Amino acid sequence: MAQSKATQRAHSEAQSPSSNIAHFGEDAPLHLDAGVSLSPFQIAYETYGELNADKSNAVLICHALTGDQYCASVQPITKKPGWWETLIGPGKPIDTERYFIICSNVLGGCLGTTGPASINEKTGKPYGLDFPIVTIADMVRAQSMLVDHLQIDTLFAVIGGSMGGMQVLQWAASYPERVFAAIPMATGARHTSQNIAFHEVGRQAIMADPNWHQGKYSDEGVVPSKGLAVARMTAHVTYLSEPALQRKFGRQLQDRDNLSFGFDADFQIESYLRHQGSSFVDRFDANSYLYMTRAMDYFDMAEDNDGKLANAFSGTNTRFCLVSFSSDWLFTTAESREIVHALNATGASVSFVEIESDKGHDAFLLDEPEMIATVSGFLNSAADARGI
Amino acid sequence: MTHENNDRIDLAMITNLVTPEAKVLDIGCNDGTLLKMLESQKSVDGRGIEISQKGVNNCVALGLSVIQGDADHDLVYYPDNSFDFVILSQTIQATRNTKTVLEELLRIGKHCIVSAPNFGHWRMRAQLLIQGRMPVTKSLPYSWYDTPNIHFCTFEDLKDLCHEVNADIQSINVLSDTGRDITKIAPKPLWNLLAQQSVFLLKGSD
Repeated sequence: MAQSKATQRAHSEAQSPSSNIAHFGEDAPLHLDAGVSLSPFQIAYETYGELNADKSNAVLICHALTGDQYCASVQPITKKPGWWETLIGPGKPIDTERYFIICSNVLGGCLGTTGPASINEKTGKPYGLDFPIVTIADMVRAQSMLVDHLQIDTLFAVIGGSMGGMQVLQWAASYPERVFAAIPMATGARHTSQNIAFHEVGRQAIMADPNWHQGKYSDEGVVPSKGLAVARMTAHVTYLSEPALQRKFGRQLQDRDNLSFGFDADFQIESYLRHQGSSFVDRFDANSYLYMTRAMDYFDMAEDNDGKLANAFSGTNTRFCLVSFSSDWLFTTAESREIVHALNATGASVSFVEIESDKGHDAFLLDEPEMIATVSGFLNSAADARGI
Repeated sequence: MTHENNDRIDLAMITNLVTPEAKVLDIGCNDGTLLKMLESQKSVDGRGIEISQKGVNNCVALGLSVIQGDADHDLVYYPDNSFDFVILSQTIQATRNTKTVLEELLRIGKHCIVSAPNFGHWRMRAQLLIQGRMPVTKSLPYSWYDTPNIHFCTFEDLKDLCHEVNADIQSINVLSDTGRDITKIAPKPLWNLLAQQSVFLLKGSD
């Protein structure tokens, strides 16, 4: 099967991205939780706004599972606007005229930061499954090297949702003195059993695709697109909510007046999911999806701290603002509350808002006025405290 | 929300009791009025807990550190003596396990400030006595069936509860409906009749 133009484009973005690149050579290996080192490696990143003279206005945005560094600029493959332009831009809550905003593709990603789709210099071929398993803490370690590279000591804020929120929490735990304010949204301090279960369904779909070839699909010049599409379809359902699906699609039929009495996409929801699946394949690497989901599955901050989540944050001076969404069943309000309680136990400065929304987990990416007001109020007051 | 904003004569009194730059937890902080006052007048490091989501969102949008939660469930997560002042302003009557809440307050705070409406006020008594109906006043405007206030008490009742949990009462202020401190103008036996609300300063456990 010949690769589509978009797939080829995705391939080239993985190797030589349109973004800025920070290279880390043999002298700067990345030590991974798996017990091995990665070297050399690169981080692809975007920045917006200007770093001020005393370097106090840097904001790090952490992207979610299938996100990328293009949080406030056009994505080179899809040509779509940045994924968080509801929050980031001139005059917006994460104001590009006030802050210097950094967003990097995560370690193991496929938009230019070293990951399974990158060429392994030792073999001249993509890493595939030879790429080491990475964790959320590894991603954050890599980001801290990028922040060093940009010669910034302390980040004014670290902000992200879902897997991005996990990175925010990890930043606050790993580098408390480097994080002035943290906004973990729609996230949890560990991946739940149900969430691991959904990820496993997605991974099995990819690995069951005959085009997967044990992860060596690029050698064969193919893409396990069917498996990856199914993985995306399954995951996408978990990002929505039953009321939102009902409101948007109900039982409406797609391009037809009657049921087909067959297995075509009779219902609009089927057609929508198929589209979500097939368009995802154009911009995302299947192996990268395996690694990203695994990193989330392995995340458990309490486990990393003698079973007590509060230990992860003891003595922290970071100000936190947690945001959850009422209809999010992937990362529920209860999970945010658990983090809030742990932070309370350490005496940390913490705000917590549950936003009423029927849009499910994805609400953090959408135009939710209450969320925007929350982020804006919290950041403004933190910026005042920091003298920005 | 357990009270109306336009009638919060206790807020100035509470602000007076708080020492500058103290670490303060305001339980039932509503729209953040008191926390804002304390921040601007006493430069406190303020935190809040509020049950209503709307109140929380308002507070956070104002830049206050406030979490959604309630006195009955969320105090247990705070360590001993973690705040200089824990404030329960016009909220005690809306708590379920009132005695436990007061004990938790004394555990968390080096000092606690509790303000509560006085159900022993003569106007309340008159409404019940003369009209034979549950009192509804300007400061407590809810009907019996939709009030969040489930544990009403009089000034004397609150004092008894403080004694029962072995709280060290450091000062008591009783305020008339116009915000005047009655302790200065009326003899003690009349306080329970004249106070629209009372403000207790308690010493927490060391």
